[in-house]
Amino acid sequence: MSVEETVRGAGAGPSANGDSPLVEVDHLKVFFPIKQGILVEREVARVHAVNDVTLSIAEGETLGLVGESGCGKTTMSRAIMRLIDPTEGALRFRGEDVTNAGRRQMQPLRREMQMVFQDPFASLNPRKRVGQIIGMPLRLHGSNRKDVDAQVRDLLGKVGLHREHVNRFPHEFSGGQRQRIGVARALALEPRLIVLDEPVSALDVSVQAQIINLLDDLQDDFKLTYMFVAHDLSVVRHVSDRIAVMYLGKLMELSPAEELYTKPIHPYTSALLAAIPIPDPEENRRRERIVVGGEPPNPIDPPSGCVFHPRCPLATDVCREVEPPLARYPNGHLAACHHPMSVSPAEIDAATRDSASPLSAGDELPSRTHSTGGGHPA
Amino acid sequence: MSAPEPAAPTPSDAALLDVDELRVSFATEEGVVQAVDGVTFELRAGEVLAVVGESGSGKSVTAMTLMGLTRSPNARFEGAARYKGTELIGASEDELRRIRGAEIAMIFQDPMTSLNPVQRIGEQIVEQIQEHEGVPDQQARERTVELLDRVGIPRARERVDNYPFEFSGGMRQRVMIALALSCSPSVLIADEPTTALDVTIQAQILHRIRELREETGAAVILVTHDLGVVADIADRIAVMYAGRIVEQGTLDQIFYDPQHPYTWGLLGSITRVDKPRPERLPAIPGLPPSLADRPEGCHFRPRCPYEFAECSKVPPLEARVGGRSAHLDRCWLSVEEKRDQREIRPGEIGLSAAEGTAA
Repeated sequence: MSVEETVRGAGAGPSANGDSPLVEVDHLKVFFPIKQGILVEREVARVHAVNDVTLSIAEGETLGLVGESGCGKTTMSRAIMRLIDPTEGALRFRGEDVTNAGRRQMQPLRREMQMVFQDPFASLNPRKRVGQIIGMPLRLHGSNRKDVDAQVRDLLGKVGLHREHVNRFPHEFSGGQRQRIGVARALALEPRLIVLDEPVSALDVSVQAQIINLLDDLQDDFKLTYMFVAHDLSVVRHVSDRIAVMYLGKLMELSPAEELYTKPIHPYTSALLAAIPIPDPEENRRRERIVVGGEPPNPIDPPSGCVFHPRCPLATDVCREVEPPLARYPNGHLAACHHPMSVSPAEIDAATRDSASPLSAGDELPSRTHSTGGGHPA
Repeated sequence: MSAPEPAAPTPSDAALLDVDELRVSFATEEGVVQAVDGVTFELRAGEVLAVVGESGSGKSVTAMTLMGLTRSPNARFEGAARYKGTELIGASEDELRRIRGAEIAMIFQDPMTSLNPVQRIGEQIVEQIQEHEGVPDQQARERTVELLDRVGIPRARERVDNYPFEFSGGMRQRVMIALALSCSPSVLIADEPTTALDVTIQAQILHRIRELREETGAAVILVTHDLGVVADIADRIAVMYAGRIVEQGTLDQIFYDPQHPYTWGLLGSITRVDKPRPERLPAIPGLPPSLADRPEGCHFRPRCPYEFAECSKVPPLEARVGGRSAHLDRCWLSVEEKRDQREIRPGEIGLSAAEGTAA
């Protein structure tokens, strides 16, 4: 995770040096229909789970995807894995268009994209032995029995479990160990992309750190690309090169990882940061907390303009009427806000409209008069 | 560095709740599981005591035992827990029912499963009020609306007739808090009240709990694994590990002068958003022991980098730091050794020198 990589990979769209990114998400929309009626079901509404999001993941990088429940982060990760069909937009993996790929086209690609799930108690079959669980993907992709056994033992070693554990059942392991089994299963086919859906949120703090460090080591050893989905900003920081913040199906901000914490541009990001209690009593007493009121609105009928405006302390008329485009600031830092925080007037003047902006967004970029200047969050 | 002396309010009156050498064990197929092993603490009016620990540390069993919720044929209880002089451990179901909800109320972790899904939320609260106080229907309903309004549910009068599924997670947790507060309890036990919630909603709920504590003067036992939440709201902290309290003290004592290696390991392994990120997260090696087969002596011994001969004996929970009678810990290392081993850098806390972090 070098600095050069971070800078190069920052921003949406293909990276500057000509390599095509591993994953490209292009104006992706995923809507879920709500149907009603007897005999003849009619679509009465749609849940706007992912609503025009564009981003890319470069080979070898870790993209953190953060947002609260219902923001579309899980739908997004499943759509990238092609477990959910996109409604509109395009998805490319290694440059290959997989938007409408069927089972047959996906089969060889499945080897290259794997997933680790949030709940290690629910994502392992309780009736199968560890060896069978980890060996299953290998067998499905045509390895013979003897090879599978050796590989499984090898994988167990790599994730820090004992090789003798191959004949145990999942219930004989603790949460952290189970998550290691989940990681071993994802590694089995030597994938290029692993989508980690809240891989540590079900674990104890002291064990979380172990798993994060393990994921970090594995990424170096196997040149993996990660998409790390999380609901808050504290854990994701330690693994990510870039972080994308989603709210109500929209991309709010996309930033090089460290910069998001020192220079959050979107008020929503700033609110997310302020909401995390700091484990230091003095610091806590000193800092003024902005508690954002309200709750995320219903994704069936998202608010007009900027989707965050009903909860935003900086919202004005323009936010209610015009959907903000994603403005590109230095270091490939993107933010969709009419009133950007933590940026200088010069940076605002130099900002350009990024091609990742939603198609329905307005053209006008933030101007100095709108912005709150170099305001820094608590 | 000497920690500031108690910032916590020190109410002069006697303890509301007095837990003395509480031991809870369960007979299981794998043997006797000693979930709680000699837990002693006091809770005074108006204070927030955080019970911190990881899964299996016995924090939830301790809390639930106080409410009589762990009673089962395979459970064994020893020791005492007195609420305003009334013994809770051996109390009859009738006695407990009188205390539960009215005197000691509980907020559970998961608001999705702890409300009755087929009863309107208003009815659930009215039922509790009428169970404890024989007030007429209309009055109980008025109070319910008032309560819902107080915990921050918008349009409380309309929403009182909604079912739990019509509320979001954060709103459901507010309903749980309203339910817990309905009979003005003097002790509120909150078992991971914000763990299932989003961070912005967590901030709102904690803010609410803090306000309500000030308004009602209730004492709160907050059971949690999240030290950020603790730093936000607690006055005193008890750190539990494998069934025992390993350290107990005021908020500042625990955060700025932790005495037990487990406490400082725990403090060091938290990810922080307000500091530069370390190369590697400091992690406590190993896993917590199985409660059916705990190591002899200090339970933290197998994971502790500072283990020595003395550790095969159980260290008593006692005050070891001079001049601080309320700061107790269970570690054989001398105070000087601890302060040497445990590195505290300016602005950072609880980092263990052995784990080492590159800031």
